[in-house]
Amino acid sequence: MKPPAFAYERPQSLNEALEVLAREGAEARPLAGGQSLIPMLALRLARPTVLVDLGGIAGLDELSLEDGTLVAGAMVRQRRLERDPLVAQHLPLLAAATRLVGHPAIRNRGTLGGSLAHADPSAEYPAVALALEAELVIRGPSGERSVPAREFFLGPFTTALADGELLTAVRFPLPSAATGWGIAEVARRHGDFALAGAVTLLERAADGTCVRAAIALFGVATRPVRATAAEQALVGQPLTVETFREAAARATEAIDEPLSDVHGSAAYRKQIVPVVVRRALEAAAQRLQAT
Amino acid sequence: MERVPITVTVNGRRISAVVEPRMTLADFLREELGLTGTKLGCEHGVCGSCTVLWDGAAVRSCLVLAAQADGANITTIEGLATDGTLHPVQQAFWEAHALQCGFCTPGMVLTAVALLAENPNPSEEEIREALSGNLCRCTGYQNIVRAVQLAARHERAGT
Ligand SMILES: Cc1cc2nc3c(=O)[nH]c(=O)nc-3n(C[C@H](O)[C@H](O)[C@H](O)COP(=O)(O)OP(=O)(O)OC[C@H]3O[C@@H](n4cnc5c(N)ncnc54)[C@H](O)[C@@H]3O)c2cc1C
Ligand code: FES
Ligand code: FES
Repeated sequence: MKPPAFAYERPQSLNEALEVLAREGAEARPLAGGQSLIPMLALRLARPTVLVDLGGIAGLDELSLEDGTLVAGAMVRQRRLERDPLVAQHLPLLAAATRLVGHPAIRNRGTLGGSLAHADPSAEYPAVALALEAELVIRGPSGERSVPAREFFLGPFTTALADGELLTAVRFPLPSAATGWGIAEVARRHGDFALAGAVTLLERAADGTCVRAAIALFGVATRPVRATAAEQALVGQPLTVETFREAAARATEAIDEPLSDVHGSAAYRKQIVPVVVRRALEAAAQRLQAT
Repeated sequence: MERVPITVTVNGRRISAVVEPRMTLADFLREELGLTGTKLGCEHGVCGSCTVLWDGAAVRSCLVLAAQADGANITTIEGLATDGTLHPVQQAFWEAHALQCGFCTPGMVLTAVALLAENPNPSEEEIREALSGNLCRCTGYQNIVRAVQLAARHERAGT
């Protein structure tokens, strides 16, 4: 269980990091919190020749509010998202999702950008990004580009990031005041990866019906997916337990390739999807009521 | 591979060393510094037995490279007792019979120290949540939870 040999670089600026990545090519790997990469090295599932530690780059760990958008640097530690007052006030969904990510000792090192770039299909942040329609800000040798979450996650551990590119920040649009949110998952222990999970957003019209719904599933397919049929079943409807039950039943339509492993079979995961969706919808409706 | 110079403070002592990039902080503590109180169970982040404090926060020393620890302030289980007096959390683990083989104990104790520093009066639920990443194969956890409750009471009472 010892990692194979590699070289270690700790650039002090983003440009320097991009230069090292360009020079070293596909054999170089960025190192953020290391909470997924170091286990992969120990298990020898990855064999990069150079690790480029992003921990020394100033400016990658900033959190700010820019007209209606929470901008979080890729190197913001998960533990900070859990506790930062700006997040608690403007995007409590992100703080709540963070509490489901591993354990405190993992979150003390793990970063937002690392989780998104790693793209574990069972991870919480990718589903949060997908539900909120976040934009992922990427820097590469030819400059900066911005990719919407729905185009970023391509498959298990596969994203739109090309070799030599770095995720630098995430732009989360803040939901309107008439929006409630929920997140629910089933995992074997607190902190374990989800066997099925759902992130929901419900926007309510003045007449009390639903004008917009977003449901993102994680832990069930090869990447986070939006449950579009379930979302459509909610729009125009009153926010009642019956509507939620009917919509939740349609959530499995979004899953074409269900995940299956020793922790949960495909059949089991599919069966609990409607349960987590309903719980997350009820949580969203409760938060709406409280406003 | 080119070795990396680092300076870390471990249990209050400043140490300069040159490490191989692939050396984890856990191996650095155990093999270079002889601090074998930090245990290695799984070496890939799932058992928590290698937990140490990094600037006061719990981290898994098998999931950090020694090279990354340059400039950090690390506390291991060896750094908790002062002049032969056990730290209140260690004392509580002893009193509440919170260990059997003791393999998980350093990680449990340090995780509890970090929890109580932040939350001096945790509920049982919060204690269980904080310890959920640390595996124990012997005790069944009940007495570990009790020990943390006892330590919290002692620390609040200032004893
Ligand atoms: C016991 C355990 C339990 C866990 N439970 C959960 C859980 O329940 N839910 C969950 O979501 N996660 C969980 N995790 C994973 C954790 O959240 C990791 O922190 C996260 O997946 C990776 O973030 P990191 O900062 O540690 O990245 P690293 O491990 O440093 O990097 C991960 C990958 O992303 C790449 N990368 C990192 N940053 C960038 C960047 N800025 N640009 C481009 N590429 C980049 C790296 O090259 C690497 O391939 C768990 C981990 C452990 C060890
Ligand atoms: S040895 Fe580090 S978590 Fe198991
Ligand atoms: S006391 Fe033996 S593993 Fe916990």
